[in-house]
Amino acid sequence: MPETLTLTANLATPDDTYAMLLSAHEGLSKAQSDALNARLILILANHIGEAEILKQALTQAKAGLIDG
Amino acid sequence: MNKIFEVPLYPYARHADQDATPPARHRVVVVGAGPVGLAAAIDLAQSGVPVLVLDDNDKVSSGSRAICFAKRTLEIADRLGVGHAMADKGVEWNMGKVFFGDRKVYDFNLLPEDGHQFPAFVNLQQYYIEDYLVDRVRSLQAAGAPIEIRGKNRVAGVTDHGSHATLTVDTPDGAYTLEAEWLIACDGAGSPIRAQMGLDFVGRVFEDNFLIADVTMEADFPTERWFWFDPPFNKGQSALLHKQPDGVWRIDLQLGWDIDKAEEKKPENVIPRLKAMLGDDVQFELEWVSIYTFQCRRMERFRHGRVIFAGDSAHQVSPFGARGANSGLQDTDNLMWKLKLVLEGLADDSLLDSYDTERIAAAEENILNSSRSTDFITPKSEMSRIFRDAVLDLSEHHGFARPLVNSGRLSLPSIYDGSPLNSDDHLPGGPARTRPGAPCPDAPIEDGFLLPQLGNTFTLLAINAEAPETLEEAGVTISRLSISTDDATTTALRDRYLGTGASAIYLIRPDQHVATRMPAFDDAKIRAALRRTIGKE
Repeated sequence: MPETLTLTANLATPDDTYAMLLSAHEGLSKAQSDALNARLILILANHIGEAEILKQALTQAKAGLIDG
Repeated sequence: MNKIFEVPLYPYARHADQDATPPARHRVVVVGAGPVGLAAAIDLAQSGVPVLVLDDNDKVSSGSRAICFAKRTLEIADRLGVGHAMADKGVEWNMGKVFFGDRKVYDFNLLPEDGHQFPAFVNLQQYYIEDYLVDRVRSLQAAGAPIEIRGKNRVAGVTDHGSHATLTVDTPDGAYTLEAEWLIACDGAGSPIRAQMGLDFVGRVFEDNFLIADVTMEADFPTERWFWFDPPFNKGQSALLHKQPDGVWRIDLQLGWDIDKAEEKKPENVIPRLKAMLGDDVQFELEWVSIYTFQCRRMERFRHGRVIFAGDSAHQVSPFGARGANSGLQDTDNLMWKLKLVLEGLADDSLLDSYDTERIAAAEENILNSSRSTDFITPKSEMSRIFRDAVLDLSEHHGFARPLVNSGRLSLPSIYDGSPLNSDDHLPGGPARTRPGAPCPDAPIEDGFLLPQLGNTFTLLAINAEAPETLEEAGVTISRLSISTDDATTTALRDRYLGTGASAIYLIRPDQHVATRMPAFDDAKIRAALRRTIGKE
């Protein structure tokens, strides 16, 4: 596992992956979609396992959301 | 029903001090005869330091209150003479179940480590501990130890004069004045002494109420800890069921913030709640009901000149994780040997500032852990509830999610990393758990267990190594305890104290914490470490 978050293109079939994420939410209520996202994040966080990588991912995900 | 808490254990009796002019001067006055105050007094008295305990009451505390006592507390209590009484009476438990909504999501076994004299936890009502501690006071008195408890002696005022403190004490016969070289305030979360001295107590107040009910019932629930998130019988809230001795069950029901406390405490409102939880066919009797709300906060400093705060008076945590009484006993464990050295003139009173350093770090750790448990149990935002529920749902099918479930991280002793009293770690390959600052873990040795051989004085623990039988430095005597891993019946001693090394010398403080360690005896290093531990380096 690298010490640095991968931010270059790393998906073999990006369109398929994106469609897979969206289709998972089809037919779900807002509450169910929220639950799905939370479960997915927890599963992926456990798979990654490295707190440092998660921290970098959180920083990137949060960039621009709050002023300053 | 148990009426132990209705019997006066130390009834008021008029004392000559009440007529003394000038006021009587005591070396140490402890205020509060709860577990922390009594432990503090016993610690001093059993090594010959005169101590007076003042309590506004004359009985043990009413209701179960603190019920979960961790191994480290039992070890400290054993050094004070009541560890076995607590362990024998207490209910041992390792198994637990976690429920979410109407289903069980998983069960667990704490799988305690072998090779310890005491279990990981016992459940025991606080009044039993107080009762055992008062018994211990009585047997110390019978053996001539200088310890005294005065019931119905309420401290109404304290003034610190730099060289001593003056106390105004109210009694059924009116007020009198006392002087104390040192005053230990173990007067609880609402500490009247803290309030009267106008000292800060800052932190987070959680907007929540919990109903605690002790019930006696003939039920075949197993000896386990059951925790419910959002159960059908207490929608949107949590619940806890735990077993105590004497067929008493402890039930905690979260009630939320906007409630009428007086109304909720009435048996006609409590009983239907309990029936919904236990089932209509279970026969039970209410022993004690209380409603509490809690804070996670601490004083900025625990020592204020001649007045030193310990236990709940100095810091408060949420009940999740049993970090209240357990950490209070670690406070006095840390403080008393230092105070003894100061009273004997062997250490400067600045040594007492290390009590602040070490125990404030511990309080921070406890506050952090118990705040996190509280935030998991009672999510504070929509998104924190979404994540909490996702963790619980995943925990039903996936082992990875179970360590994320937080219904309380049960109390473990603090390691005083970074303490100014620690010396360097000179033991290559030594286990991290016994590094300088750590409390010594127990281990089986040839004739019993290691921990009962340690504590009260400084010890040079020599494992597969030569060391002098006694050593004197800066007026302090260090005695050697020599053991060999060849004599041990298990590998625990080697695993916990040697790691990959072949031998070790440990300098161990009177509170059983490690000051330094090295592979072979080094006179200069041990002497320097001793001086550092007593604040002389």
